[in-house]
Amino acid sequence: MNQKSNLYRKEKIYGFLFILPPLLGLLIFTLYPMIYSIYGSFTDWDGLGQMNLIGLSNFKDLWTDELFHKALFNTLFMMLGIPIGIVLALLLALGLNRGVPGTTAFRVIYYVPVISSLAAVSIMWNWAYNGDYGLVNQFLDLFGITGPNWMANKYTVKPALIIMAVWKGVGYTMLLYLAALQSVSRSYYEAAELDGANSFKAFWHITWPMVRPVTFFIIVTNIIGGSQIFTEMNIMTPTGGPEYASASVVFYIWQKAFGNFQMGYASAMAVVLGAFIFVVTLIQFRMNEKQSFDVD
Amino acid sequence: MKSRRRITNTLIFILLLIGAVFMIGPLLWMLSTSLKDKQDVFALPPVWIPNPVHFGKYKEIWEAGPLLSGIKNSVIIAVSVTLVGTFTSSLAAFSFAKLKFPAKNKIFLLMLSSLMIPYPAVMIPQFFMFSKLGWVDTLLPLIVPGLFGNIVMIFFLRQYLSSVPNAIIEAAKIDGSSYFRLYSSITFPLIKPAVAAQLILWFMGIWNDYLSPIIYLNSPEKQTLQLVIANFNATYAIQTDYPLIMAASIIALLPMLIIFLVFQKQIIESVAISGVKG
Repeated sequence: MNQKSNLYRKEKIYGFLFILPPLLGLLIFTLYPMIYSIYGSFTDWDGLGQMNLIGLSNFKDLWTDELFHKALFNTLFMMLGIPIGIVLALLLALGLNRGVPGTTAFRVIYYVPVISSLAAVSIMWNWAYNGDYGLVNQFLDLFGITGPNWMANKYTVKPALIIMAVWKGVGYTMLLYLAALQSVSRSYYEAAELDGANSFKAFWHITWPMVRPVTFFIIVTNIIGGSQIFTEMNIMTPTGGPEYASASVVFYIWQKAFGNFQMGYASAMAVVLGAFIFVVTLIQFRMNEKQSFDVD
Repeated sequence: MKSRRRITNTLIFILLLIGAVFMIGPLLWMLSTSLKDKQDVFALPPVWIPNPVHFGKYKEIWEAGPLLSGIKNSVIIAVSVTLVGTFTSSLAAFSFAKLKFPAKNKIFLLMLSSLMIPYPAVMIPQFFMFSKLGWVDTLLPLIVPGLFGNIVMIFFLRQYLSSVPNAIIEAAKIDGSSYFRLYSSITFPLIKPAVAAQLILWFMGIWNDYLSPIIYLNSPEKQTLQLVIANFNATYAIQTDYPLIMAASIIALLPMLIIFLVFQKQIIESVAISGVKG
């Protein structure tokens, strides 16, 4: 008895010791800076001098800051790529799920852009979007279409970035769908076939509901990732693009914090971004709970 | 019915093939550009297979910028973080899955919920913190936080550990194994494949990271490979030396491409699991 409680006490100590590094890491590198960000957002922090509390002034400035509105609009606009990517990825996964020859090869090929360095891929697409000699316009030329100078035109720069993002991410989404499709039992489809349902009906009433949790997961992770988009614009449009048409929120935060040293103001934007992601994640948790309730 | 299925499958195969061309085409074009002479990239119509093939740019890039030190810096960061970080992460995952201690679930939940804090929301105070330590323009801000472990990895390994029977652990406990040995010689060998897959994914993430290096690293010889090629792009695009830029970019994505092709089965499997479990 005594030995057992001794054992348990030892286990308590070691158990805690083993999780101490990540716990400390979390406190030092995430939670403390997070609280500091919130505090900083109420100050005129410039990284050098004293931090003076200035109330909601930063947030009020955000409300009227045209560049921030543009960055916010651009970031949201580029999320149009999410539904496009989802539809394409699901179609690809449905195709691959039929066991056509070369499935493994297709999976690998579609996944290559996912593992490729975003910086290298951005450099490559920047060249591909070149107005005169780029791959994209030369391809369009085959159909007699004269393409624009994609990255220099304020109307085409965002669609160009969306196309690139879909190209880069579709393999990942496809893979998640493929895994979900493979876990749907064949017997559902056999039953549907017996009932005389055509393949569209089978998709709508069996496949789509069965992969709904994955769809939901993809939407949420894509919104979270999409709201932090940065590398592409930093490389392809270092100044934020024509009329700031390709600057994202994180791009603007980065410019303000490390270019202009308006750290208080940048922190206010970071807090807004964090709050946005917090709400999206919260919705996910709620919906997940609801969904598992549905299944029961 | 069967022949209709065959026709549909052939059609799907062709569509998938066209899709594959769109996926791989731009990358092949990148390769083709890197093997051209500076003037040949402006040929109309474009030439896919350069004639003659110029390998010269792959020699030139090492002189044209700090590419070698970029590779070195990226390797130092990615290797040190993943090796130490995988140890701390797997140890913590073991503790969360198999040991009993107070507030365990609360701490785990705290860690999980911290995942929704985006990096941009903490990067400014983090920068300030590291600049006070004099660590700006060194690799340390990119290494040190990772050494403490990776919460995503802890989550997946803990999940994986739930398939390891508790009886094995309990038996070893009664035999008087130390807690560290329970981890190192009993648990770790059982979860090695999952650890390897997570390590590779993490390695790739660090290798391809761009935002944190750009914040901390200023001197050319301190920069990671991704920053070096971005600077190549900024410098040589003005001189329209696209073959040079593409050659450097190919070098930057080649290591991950090779790792992916070698471990594609494990990588694809562990990614697929992440969606189902997530």
